[in-house]
Amino acid sequence: MSLAKRIIPCLDVDNGRVVKGVKFVDIRDAGDPVEIARRYDREGADEITFLDITATHDERATLVHVVEQVAGEVFIPLTVGGGIRTLDNIRTLLNAGADKVGINSAAVFNPEFVKQAADKFGSQCIVVAIDAKQVSSDDVSPRWEIFTHGGRKATGIDAVAWAVKMADYGAGEILLTSMDRDGTKSGFDLALTRAISAAVPVPVIASGGVGNLDHLADGITIGKADAVLAASIFHFAEYSIEQAKRHMQARGIEVRL
Amino acid sequence: MTTVAVIDYGMGNLHSIAKALQHAEPNAHIQVSAQPGIIDSADRVVFPGVGAMGDCMKALHELNLVDTVRSAAATKPFLGICLGMQALLTDSEENGYTDCLHILPGHVRRFDYGLRDADGQPLKIPHMGWNRVHQRPHPLWHGIAQDSRFYFVHSYYAVPDDAGDSAATSDYPDAFTCALARNNLFAVQFHPEKSQAVGLQLLTNFLRWDGAT
Repeated sequence: MSLAKRIIPCLDVDNGRVVKGVKFVDIRDAGDPVEIARRYDREGADEITFLDITATHDERATLVHVVEQVAGEVFIPLTVGGGIRTLDNIRTLLNAGADKVGINSAAVFNPEFVKQAADKFGSQCIVVAIDAKQVSSDDVSPRWEIFTHGGRKATGIDAVAWAVKMADYGAGEILLTSMDRDGTKSGFDLALTRAISAAVPVPVIASGGVGNLDHLADGITIGKADAVLAASIFHFAEYSIEQAKRHMQARGIEVRL
Repeated sequence: MTTVAVIDYGMGNLHSIAKALQHAEPNAHIQVSAQPGIIDSADRVVFPGVGAMGDCMKALHELNLVDTVRSAAATKPFLGICLGMQALLTDSEENGYTDCLHILPGHVRRFDYGLRDADGQPLKIPHMGWNRVHQRPHPLWHGIAQDSRFYFVHSYYAVPDDAGDSAATSDYPDAFTCALARNNLFAVQFHPEKSQAVGLQLLTNFLRWDGAT
């Protein structure tokens, strides 16, 4: 094999600024998204994901402008997610220079939207983001469900079945976040990642819970993910992307260096 | 100053490629256009595209661009990217069967279902991410190290009839042709506009290329 496993830093953007993960009460400002994207590009990020956590419509325009600026100087794939509900939302972001968009709640409310988006823009740019939480106790075989509203609202939908359905509806990739692990720094939910990765034919990005470089490697070797996403460990320069890649390489994982 | 027409036939987002070309050569005049006149008069032509082959060929016919593309591919430095590479061949398995542009003899096939990687894991389709490109000598590889990684995203791949038309291969898991070259024509399956430094180098090489091999 020579296809590299990818490391994708994620920037949570609120009104034009990068902030630390939404689950944190104490939202720490982590800087200017354009500058941070530039740094990640220099350090060898394989892609960059922007997650818009802005509440209002006006402020959303700010992120479009950020994407435009980044796309003019950073030539790696850019994904934008957060609050995407219409084909127009997608078109605006693609025109600004995004290569892929992440669809989350809108897919749950209206699965046909994923089909329409994939038909219109191609599966290669449609990432379905899944927020999953374990709903069974640990002593039985685990089961996970889809949650919306930042993990607060249960839907009763089985996560594995949902991922299969979304790939079938035209998702070119699945961004899988464990709501149990998000923000905990205790590592990915590897059983969840492995279950989804085995079930779908499309690439899976593991997300939620990364606290150290072994967690990234575990996502690939144990979770069988095709890519790993992390936010806070990179923002505050705890680790550089390059360090993360060297660590993964030392663990026998093929990376782009 | 070189003029470049990026053929806009509604197949995907061309902003990335236009921005990358401009970045590679700030003095180049880049026009994203579906106008045969602009494409005919440009010094060089980029033929991009993402999406499905059936839609691609339909759009080219509806916009009366088939002859324009054929003529550009026969006469000036021409760079096909992704679907714009596959469309140059004879036909594609995508959408049942799609008759393509017949500019280079060959076929477009889908990666087989049920392929496995070295660890026995099912191989994911689309082939997405950074893969090594094994180049054969060509001016457009100037300054790019052998086996450099480029960014791919595709489920179908080119199988040229004439192995001499292959300018590079990649492995997924078996070797497949990921670049085609003949005379003034060069085409790649990966996305140079998304392949960071090596991608920009390839675009720079294209913008300086006289079309000779």
